[in-house]
Amino acid sequence: MIARAVRAARKHLVLAFGVLVLLYLFLPVFVVVAFSFNDPAGRFNFSWSGFTLDSWRDPCSVPGMCDSVLLSLQIGVIATLIATLLGTLLAFGLVRHSFRGRAGTSLLVFLPMATPEVVMGASLLTLFINAGVATGFWTIVIAHILFTVSFVVVTVKARLAGFDSRLEEAAMDLYADEWQTFRRITLPLAAPGIFAGALLAFALSFDDFIITNFNSGNTITFPMYVWGAAQRGVPPEVNVIGTAMFLLALLLVGGAEVVRKARAGATTG
Amino acid sequence: MTAVLPREAPPTELEAEQEEEVHAPRRRPPWLLLLPGLLWLALFFLVPMITLASMSLQTGSLQTGYALTWTWSTYTDAWATYGDQLVRSFLYAGSATVLALIIGYPLAYAIAFKAGRWRNLMLVLVIAPFFTSFLIRTLAWKIVLADQGWVVSALQWIGLLGENGRLLATPAAVVLGLTYNFLPFMVLPLYASLEKIDPRLLEAATDLYATPARAFWAVTWPLSIPGVVAGTLLTFIPAAGDYVNVQFLGNPGSQMIGNVIQSRFLTVLDYPVAAALSITVMVTVLVLVLSYVRRVGAKELL
Repeated sequence: MIARAVRAARKHLVLAFGVLVLLYLFLPVFVVVAFSFNDPAGRFNFSWSGFTLDSWRDPCSVPGMCDSVLLSLQIGVIATLIATLLGTLLAFGLVRHSFRGRAGTSLLVFLPMATPEVVMGASLLTLFINAGVATGFWTIVIAHILFTVSFVVVTVKARLAGFDSRLEEAAMDLYADEWQTFRRITLPLAAPGIFAGALLAFALSFDDFIITNFNSGNTITFPMYVWGAAQRGVPPEVNVIGTAMFLLALLLVGGAEVVRKARAGATTG
Repeated sequence: MTAVLPREAPPTELEAEQEEEVHAPRRRPPWLLLLPGLLWLALFFLVPMITLASMSLQTGSLQTGYALTWTWSTYTDAWATYGDQLVRSFLYAGSATVLALIIGYPLAYAIAFKAGRWRNLMLVLVIAPFFTSFLIRTLAWKIVLADQGWVVSALQWIGLLGENGRLLATPAAVVLGLTYNFLPFMVLPLYASLEKIDPRLLEAATDLYATPARAFWAVTWPLSIPGVVAGTLLTFIPAAGDYVNVQFLGNPGSQMIGNVIQSRFLTVLDYPVAAALSITVMVTVLVLVLSYVRRVGAKELL
């Protein structure tokens, strides 16, 4: 009896601590959401002075902010497409083949993840200065592809590693040629990993500040906009964008979960 | 939770060997797959690193241009001037990593073993704060920790902070911000390795009269070491180079090396010193990471 009570308390103790840590993770998010409804008295949106929906009505009224969001989306999409392609190819090469130099290749893929962003940003800037390339949109894209590629490789590799190769062998036994096997068996099985890698790449690119700060020139991405605004006073419209991004992402995740459950229900039921 | 979950058995050595044969008959690198990515990494990672190293040994100015003079004194001068910031960076990053491990481990443990059907929801909640931008969340801490804010008032009330005590613009705020920002990087790998642990091993420990604490230290903790290593690295490395948290939550006296590198590079345009400091950070991080991985690896062997 007592042992059971102790065990129950222990179970809930860890869980309760976990929930507290989650609250810590969410505390700033609550603040961001709340202050998107603030009616700040001065330039700084740091203290609560009244409820208003003004910032939600027309968030793009703040000059330059929505342009910066669009720019970040553009950069994110281009960088994600290229990084996903390069990273998926690398992952296939690394998992499916054993060759001389594989360890070196893995190391080269790993190193960018072990490099502090400030060093990576500085090194790219040095390259661009030495090569006489003006920094701007495309240098940001290059930088974003560089630091997201490794994350795509890791994600896709993880998916490929848990792969039952007998499925491919079965397809080949049933006279599928290599392309058919790849198209009908390999790709669909690897797709969740590739998709997850792409999402991760996009999220990293969209939110990146440090590397971008070094290689952006006069191009203002959304994080660059927030950084600049932080010096002169952040308008509540920035919180509107932050909140909207948060809700959108939650909707996507929630929607994906609903679809997954429905599918699971359809196959088992 | 006594039901023994059916789990896929790990491949036996024989199976693994067979798989090797199926998949790896060729010794020639699959160039078509590797070449695009490798070229990108070489051109935009290796070449810039070499350029950076070379820049750190050059002298000159923007007007006259730079020439490679192998001026090693740039390094010693930079260390002498910015030694404080260097040490502080690794100190703050180290503290944030330890804190993140201390609060992240129970969370990962709760999700892996105690959450039951709430597991997926809790995992999403760990990642969800990421969906609001990093900078915006860090700015939000500025509101939470403000001098008139409820956190400071509460801490003053229970006497942890003096009458004029404050949190904002202190090293504590910077470490708290760093811990906060990189906590999910700690929790996710921890969860991944905890989730893999076969519950039957813990049952076996209990059957052999191990106390829960002993079962944890003898079974769970050693099996979660890969997650601990990955999590601490993923927290420590970005924290060491961060300058956003100091900018928003710290004061000039709590500047980290990232602040120096970015202002030398982007405002002062003192490239050689900035490059020397970057190389210093890179080498220090690599040495720390390698010796740490080696040490933990050796411990595992014991």
